[in-house]
Amino acid sequence: MEWLQQIINGISLGSIYALIALGYTMVYGIIKLINFAHGEVFMIGAFTGFVAIVHFELSFVPALIIAMFTCSVVGVLIERIAYKRLRESTRIAALITAIGMSLFIQYLFIYFRGAEPEAYPQDVLPERTLDIFGVKVSMQALLILFISIVLMILLQFIVQKTKIGRAMRAVSYDKDAARLMGINVDNTISATFAIGSALAGAAGVIFGIYYTKIDPLMGLIPGLKAFVAAVLGGIGIIPGAMVGGFILGIVETLVSAAGFSLFRDAAAFIILILILLFRPAGIFGKNTKEKV
Amino acid sequence: MKEQPILELKDLGIQFGGLKAVDKLNMTLYDNELIGLIGPNGAGKTTVFNMITGVYTPTEGDIVFRGERINGLPPFKVTRKGISRTFQNIRLFNDLSVLDNVKVANHSLAGHSVFSSMFRMPKHFIGEREMELKSMQLLKIFELDGLKDELAKNLPYGMQRRLEIARALAAAPKLLLLDEPAAGMNPQETKELMDLIHFVRKQYDLTILLIEHDMRLVMGICERIYVLDHGQLIAHGTGEEIRNDPKVIEAYLGEEVSIDAQS
Repeated sequence: MEWLQQIINGISLGSIYALIALGYTMVYGIIKLINFAHGEVFMIGAFTGFVAIVHFELSFVPALIIAMFTCSVVGVLIERIAYKRLRESTRIAALITAIGMSLFIQYLFIYFRGAEPEAYPQDVLPERTLDIFGVKVSMQALLILFISIVLMILLQFIVQKTKIGRAMRAVSYDKDAARLMGINVDNTISATFAIGSALAGAAGVIFGIYYTKIDPLMGLIPGLKAFVAAVLGGIGIIPGAMVGGFILGIVETLVSAAGFSLFRDAAAFIILILILLFRPAGIFGKNTKEKV
Repeated sequence: MKEQPILELKDLGIQFGGLKAVDKLNMTLYDNELIGLIGPNGAGKTTVFNMITGVYTPTEGDIVFRGERINGLPPFKVTRKGISRTFQNIRLFNDLSVLDNVKVANHSLAGHSVFSSMFRMPKHFIGEREMELKSMQLLKIFELDGLKDELAKNLPYGMQRRLEIARALAAAPKLLLLDEPAAGMNPQETKELMDLIHFVRKQYDLTILLIEHDMRLVMGICERIYVLDHGQLIAHGTGEEIRNDPKVIEAYLGEEVSIDAQS
């Protein structure tokens, strides 16, 4: 029974990774860029949520929405300022810019705010333990999972059924042809950043509530792990990011539960190495030759 | 001649480095015409399409569409002004369904916004339903309605060609540019395609500019033909005039025979 509890904890942790991984994968899908500044968007989301809850005394849902909105604006700004002009340049130039952007945001934040951590209050979400057929499940873990799933369903709906989603899929397949079909490619790319960043913002707030401690460098490790999750599922593939996130969360939790908690972070990167060695396209990816 | 031309190219030219790909090109298209643009490989035909649709910005001259100068406009705005096109090598959105391919091109016409979609407001449903109706209408004309949920990449070649034209029409163009629509088709398919082009021109009140290698297709349906060679206009006239033009025959060199044989 204890294992079952661990798996449920793993799924909630995984849902945080999944939310961040979705942003990585969407951006990669549309402009073939690993947006390493994505972890910082997640951090900004956590702090925005913190300010909304502590200073403006808002409850969870409005804080979540404010954080998502702020992050989508930040995401679009990052894209417009740093990446847009590099769209025609080499991929490595854009990648290095993304790493630079990540460091820039971290230290800009520290410069203006200081590096000291903050603690989320404990009572944002009801802290109770449910007993379901002998399995003890924390209410928070369930709520987090529920919110993540709602957001993922919303994302699937946007991508599959709406105009902007259709435009995103078209642009990701063939930018030039999409342009000639009357699609505003710049706006479509911005919308992708906005949606991906909003999800990272949501993940930031959820992370803050779950782990309470937040700090300006907090985006680094979850960001990297979400990247692993995105690669695990097959980068550029939306359901892949979700599944990759969940798997990673479960594996990490199980590794800690088995008594190897010091190896928790290593587990993620061992997965990365293994997937790159044996199935570089990821679980959902097809091993195709790269289009030239 | 009719009064107001729909498209005018005035001394249009483009230079890539030291190479003049198109030089001093003058063309005039009137409402409802079906015009052919022919020439040997590398003559600059597709470059002309790319300039008209905004992919390339011309280095000289002007493109005037319905009285408005459009050179330098980004491609999506040109499309929204009413020019849409197909590609020489098919460029469908392979991972989208047949229906979605058509809907994508329909976007600029649909009025509902992302927000109305996200919150599932009535506007979203009305907009989507309207788009669906229009798209299905088009697919029906192109006999693709039975395959609407199939991914574009799974269609056989001839159908992909037809879907590309359907997608171009979904953007509600006034001017349709077809880049070798019959490439790779067998004679039967080519004939059906010709009929289809005639039909949509009437149905949608279009002007069509067609690049084609298949002489039979060009001579058979185009009212006027422009001939391009090495980026320059070498002849212009009806099919009959073009066929007997010594400059055209020279440009095509040995292909003189095939022009006669095919027509």
